[in-house]
Amino acid sequence: MTDLERHSYDVLVIGAGGAGLRAAVEAREAGLRVAIICKSLFGKAHTVMAEGGAAASMGNVNDNDNWMVHFRDTMRGGKFLNHYRMAELHAKEAPDRIWELETWGALFDRTKEGKISQRNFGGHEYPRLAHVGDRTGLELIRTMQQKIVALQQKDGQQYGSMESNIKVFAELTVTDILKENGKISGAYGYWRETGAEVLFEAPTVIIATGGVGKTFKITSNSWEGTGDGHALALKAGANLVDMEFLQFHPTGMVWPPSVRGILVTESVRGEGGVLTNSLGERFMFKYIPDVFKNIYADNETEADRWYADQDNNRRPPELLPRDEVARAINSEVKAGRGTEHGGVYLDVSKRLSAEVIKKRLPSMWHQFYELAGVDITKEPMEVGPTCHYVMGGVEVDPDTAAAVGVPGLFAAGEVAGGMHGSNRLGGNSLTDLLVFGRRAGIGAAQYCKSNGKNPVSDNAIKAAAAKIQAPFDRDGGENSYSLHAELQEVTHNLVGIIRTATEIEDAIVKIADIRKRSANVAVSGGRKFNPGFHLAFDLDNMLLVAESTAKSALLRQESRGGHTRDDFPGMNNKWRQINHISSFNGAQVNVRQQTLPMLPKELFDLFDVHELEKYMTSEEIAKGGSN
Amino acid sequence: MARMINLRIWRGDSKEGGLQDVQVEANEGEVVLDVIHRVQATQMGDLAVRWNCKAGKCGSCSMEINGKPRLACMTQVAAYGDEETITVTPLRAFPVIKDLVTDVSFNYKKAMEIPAYSHPDELAPGEARMEQVDVERSQEFRKCIECFLCQDTCHVIRDHEENKKSFAGPRFFIRIAELDMHPLDTLKNRKRTAQEEHGLGMCNITKCCTEVCPEHIRITDNAIIPMKERVVDIKYDPARWLGSKIRKRDGI
Repeated sequence: MTDLERHSYDVLVIGAGGAGLRAAVEAREAGLRVAIICKSLFGKAHTVMAEGGAAASMGNVNDNDNWMVHFRDTMRGGKFLNHYRMAELHAKEAPDRIWELETWGALFDRTKEGKISQRNFGGHEYPRLAHVGDRTGLELIRTMQQKIVALQQKDGQQYGSMESNIKVFAELTVTDILKENGKISGAYGYWRETGAEVLFEAPTVIIATGGVGKTFKITSNSWEGTGDGHALALKAGANLVDMEFLQFHPTGMVWPPSVRGILVTESVRGEGGVLTNSLGERFMFKYIPDVFKNIYADNETEADRWYADQDNNRRPPELLPRDEVARAINSEVKAGRGTEHGGVYLDVSKRLSAEVIKKRLPSMWHQFYELAGVDITKEPMEVGPTCHYVMGGVEVDPDTAAAVGVPGLFAAGEVAGGMHGSNRLGGNSLTDLLVFGRRAGIGAAQYCKSNGKNPVSDNAIKAAAAKIQAPFDRDGGENSYSLHAELQEVTHNLVGIIRTATEIEDAIVKIADIRKRSANVAVSGGRKFNPGFHLAFDLDNMLLVAESTAKSALLRQESRGGHTRDDFPGMNNKWRQINHISSFNGAQVNVRQQTLPMLPKELFDLFDVHELEKYMTSEEIAKGGSN
Repeated sequence: MARMINLRIWRGDSKEGGLQDVQVEANEGEVVLDVIHRVQATQMGDLAVRWNCKAGKCGSCSMEINGKPRLACMTQVAAYGDEETITVTPLRAFPVIKDLVTDVSFNYKKAMEIPAYSHPDELAPGEARMEQVDVERSQEFRKCIECFLCQDTCHVIRDHEENKKSFAGPRFFIRIAELDMHPLDTLKNRKRTAQEEHGLGMCNITKCCTEVCPEHIRITDNAIIPMKERVVDIKYDPARWLGSKIRKRDGI
């Protein structure tokens, strides 16, 4: 162990997507030494795939917008299962986080008055998404990547070395978060390039690893979305909250097979795209749930008028929250009204000119033209649901992003749970990662003030090192690629967009079996940049996540947001009061119920009580808030 | 629908390596990255390749396909003839790590050498007002996905390791141009430092970078040539040269 590569920092940020980079900026500006660790090259994180925009109630396009309207929309979208405090902080702070990016060089699209332009999106009452065409995520990540460089240049001038106080460790996988005496002490991992092991000692770790999409067969997520942070947190003693809620984005590509699942931005609908089935019927009018009947148009004429006059018409139902649209598409296809390749049609060519489409949706045009041979300025796209986002995640304290139960551990962005309840609104993830990335940075800085170094013991190092070596020492074991494919079949078929008890029970058994066999994964080749070896660790993480999702899904006997039970089709107000908390005992994931914190009176009073009656029990309504 | 294709893959590391032939199934609509993944899952478990989004948005799967710098996720197998062998090799301008993965750290070092965006002190967050037409010039360059194909194809460094020290490459010329054209950036002399410190003068505008850009950024026409023209204006126009000496002009 004498030649083990060792580093010592105040804060380790695992993940270099939006949340991780925003946390790193905050922690560095608070004077801490920060390491940013990412599995890919710097700047490639899945945040680049976010297309539509970042939701913030700046009121630049419609000045009726404010944080309270945004808060209401977020709670409605999440079917009131959101942690109210996270939704409140998010709605209040989002505008500042967007404006701040502008001071770091971001260039958003503009209104006529020269302000940041904002576009319509599903579930948002007013045009609210700051955007750059349909490549908003790229703008965010590049801006923060360049902000990190700016901080490095400042350190270079002040301390003589640009990487003295903030350094990016790219293409490095973390396999263990380490604790000593019940508190965070660092992390252990290996360089993907060489396979060489690395020890990081640090009193705080911020997990910002994003999502879990690769657990599923059809997903918009890149290879990185393997639930690493979810699993690392579980293993470190943290909890996951509400892992049954997965967002199936309604519009992924369905053809050709190799691109199945790749995201088709919601902006296509925001810009006027309509959904039709194989009969040419604009079917979304049939799927407006009662809770949304007063704000969505029930006929084509009114829906079409809305694009020109939003004050006097209700919104088109294509802009319902994502869970509603995904279920509707699923039903149409199941009823035999799908397209040739098992999707539905999404057409923007009839509403906008070719020139406008190419300007507002450039990467969509490019993506369909190059990958599917479809010119979206002339013909419809074929689309269907794709696993896009996990609402569930690490249970955190809303104000500090501190993981519950593990001193020194923080989580922000998609890996954290609570903010989005049972369903996330489009555009809320980009501001989520800015708001809570920053808060995690502040939280870690405050923790560091009263908690110094917590040295890692030799035993912890030995255990972590043995785990990395193990797959090389096995002969003729299981192949990680085939086990991954098996897991994806199980989740897709048995815990996918529509679920029933018998199928979920079946999934739990099958996942346990794959997990047992995964303990015997053997790797061919050496340690040097060996994807088979890398997948062995990703697989372990995905299996824990899948177990947590299946077990939580079995317990929740209702349908809500990103969890639809065929055997319990309705939403049940009693279940709204329940969070599912996953923990790990070293052998298996256990799920227990916990009461969701009730909205305080000042937030309760932001809603019409008749609306709340649709979600809450009469006892809750009678109380009128928690204080 | 599936057919067998011949794929020739460069395998090896910084010390040694060579081309290996494999036969692999290809389905309708698949891209080169799909068949590489199939080889990885069924025949070569340790075949190294970078990728992320598989939708042309992250710029990770850059490689050379039949000698041309391309994104493997955006290159259709069907673009090649039924009998044609598809040869995939690592980016030539950068040192090989393993198989199709190269060491692109050169680019991240160059990124750190370009002075960051500088926001006007007096302009508080939320106060910025810019015209769409003014932000669009820089937005074109901010479309860059950092695939580094332009860097790979640029003949100033492709076969000239010795030039790397003094040449930032097309990706970073558009970064400088982006900042230079940013309506709010306050740092002066970006064009001059492009010329004097980042090797703009070594570019002889053959437009190879523009041709390989998967984002269709007009690197040469919209970034490099306008900067070169302004630099030349200032440097060789005697009146301006004199003016610059007398009034200590800046802002080139």
